[in-house]
Amino acid sequence: MSDVDFVDWAMTLIWILVKIVLIILPLVLAVAYATYAERKLIGYMQLRLGPNRVGPKGWLQPIADTVKLIMKEIVVPQGSSKVLFIIAPILFIGPSFAAWAVVPFDAGLVLADINLGLLYILAMTSIGVYGVIIAGWASNSKYAFLGAMRSAAQIVSYELAMGFALVGVLMCSQSTNLGDIVTSQSGGILSWYWLPLFPLLVVYWISGVAETNRAPFDMAEGESEIVAGFHVEYGGMAFSLFFLAEYANMILISFLTAIMFFGGWLSPFEGLGVLEEWTAWIPGTIWLLIKASWFLFMLFWLRATFPRFRYDQIMRLGWKIFIPVTLVWLPVVAIIIKAGWLD
Amino acid sequence: MTFQVIVFYSFAAWVVFSALMVITSKNSVKAALFLVLTFASASVIWLLLEAEFLALSLIVVYVGAVMVLLLFVVMMMDIDYAALRQGFVKKLPFAIAASLAFFALLYFFITHGEFSAVHFAQPEAKSADYSNIKELGRVMYTDYVIAFETAAVILLVAIISAIALTFRGRKHRKAQVISKQLAANKRNRLKIVSMDAVVEEPVSQVNDVEEEGEDK
Repeated sequence: MSDVDFVDWAMTLIWILVKIVLIILPLVLAVAYATYAERKLIGYMQLRLGPNRVGPKGWLQPIADTVKLIMKEIVVPQGSSKVLFIIAPILFIGPSFAAWAVVPFDAGLVLADINLGLLYILAMTSIGVYGVIIAGWASNSKYAFLGAMRSAAQIVSYELAMGFALVGVLMCSQSTNLGDIVTSQSGGILSWYWLPLFPLLVVYWISGVAETNRAPFDMAEGESEIVAGFHVEYGGMAFSLFFLAEYANMILISFLTAIMFFGGWLSPFEGLGVLEEWTAWIPGTIWLLIKASWFLFMLFWLRATFPRFRYDQIMRLGWKIFIPVTLVWLPVVAIIIKAGWLD
Repeated sequence: MTFQVIVFYSFAAWVVFSALMVITSKNSVKAALFLVLTFASASVIWLLLEAEFLALSLIVVYVGAVMVLLLFVVMMMDIDYAALRQGFVKKLPFAIAASLAFFALLYFFITHGEFSAVHFAQPEAKSADYSNIKELGRVMYTDYVIAFETAAVILLVAIISAIALTFRGRKHRKAQVISKQLAANKRNRLKIVSMDAVVEEPVSQVNDVEEEGEDK
């Protein structure tokens, strides 16, 4: 083992760390302002003003919230399993940040350009459920435990439908690399996968909402029944880690939907002559951000619109409707590919 | 020592440590969580073996689904730990003998038997664009298609038998019929009858109002 080797590794490590910071920092900021945007948007949809006291038009509200959460004491409940109680939020937020490693922001602009990006995303989202289960169990509280059970059962069920929906994407793009999935959709708005895979898009999107435990699928924290679900015993930063992870997951789902079904960083005006020329200066990242923001907006919109599902109805939707729909559509996709209608 | 070797030994140490904790921890939920850690570290070792697809499906399937369901069961159980520890010392010699025998057997097969490393050439590292998943799919749907389909049928039989064991027939079922509920509309639920307005004489109303006022 020579010194040169070591310096090499250290440089690589530092370079990767810099890239990670470049992804995580904007993400955390985006999360902070996603909470502000959500409160404002839902406020306007319900004919209220939303937060408007801290700073001009309430712009500093997320900062004030963060400061408040940092100052608060973390109370570890009596009879709880202390180590697991502290580990749980970390286990919840870790995978939701780690999944961003394979998200391509533009052609070649990705932290880890791995072949199995799709599977990696699935693996990371499925690990997140442990944060929920451990939080519920370690809290030594019935409400938290029930919330954890509900949430974990829901996440495991919807993961299946989500995985099947992604199989359709995989079949069309012939690749599990997220960058390749985007480039295989090039050729304008009609060759994005939302058109041939429309039922899968619907299944994926709704399962994504259910995966992130968002309304109308927020059974995990049905406050009318089980107070606040699995994180009922958490306060201060420990709670805010759950909160942060939930919003990071929402943003991730929005980005993934844009990447898998809406051409990622590709311009919607591709192959439209003059329009394509006029918009050629817009970098791909902007297109991706616009698409992802639209889906994030849809999440807020859903929350403001729909009442919460009943638990058995959630399970029925996942198992008896979504999974059969995907199973039927996969052969259809195979036919579409074999008939050459995709090209 | 290369980077791979460091990764291998650190995660191999994790595998051994967490596997030991699975069998030694007193709390069954913690034991299950250590099993999860074992799977996760084992999947890193599979990554080093360039079996990326298997490594990630180990995470997705075992860590993400199977262990979650196992944890459900373990968390729900009410275990008497004192009763479990009874007769531990008495059975210990047999346990040690059995595990030593098993270890010896494994060791023999790995070093001398059919699976020993001497029988195989050292595999070459694949290039970066080598697709694990494509190769696996090709082999599974051509050379091993019968074995693969048989495994699928066996799994199906297992599912059906598990359902058959708990299925008690259609009697006394009070499940809702969703299509019926959705098909319900105002016309067959609500009957509007037109009738004359009933005008009651305003008698003894004054007393009631006074009483209500007192209650408040």
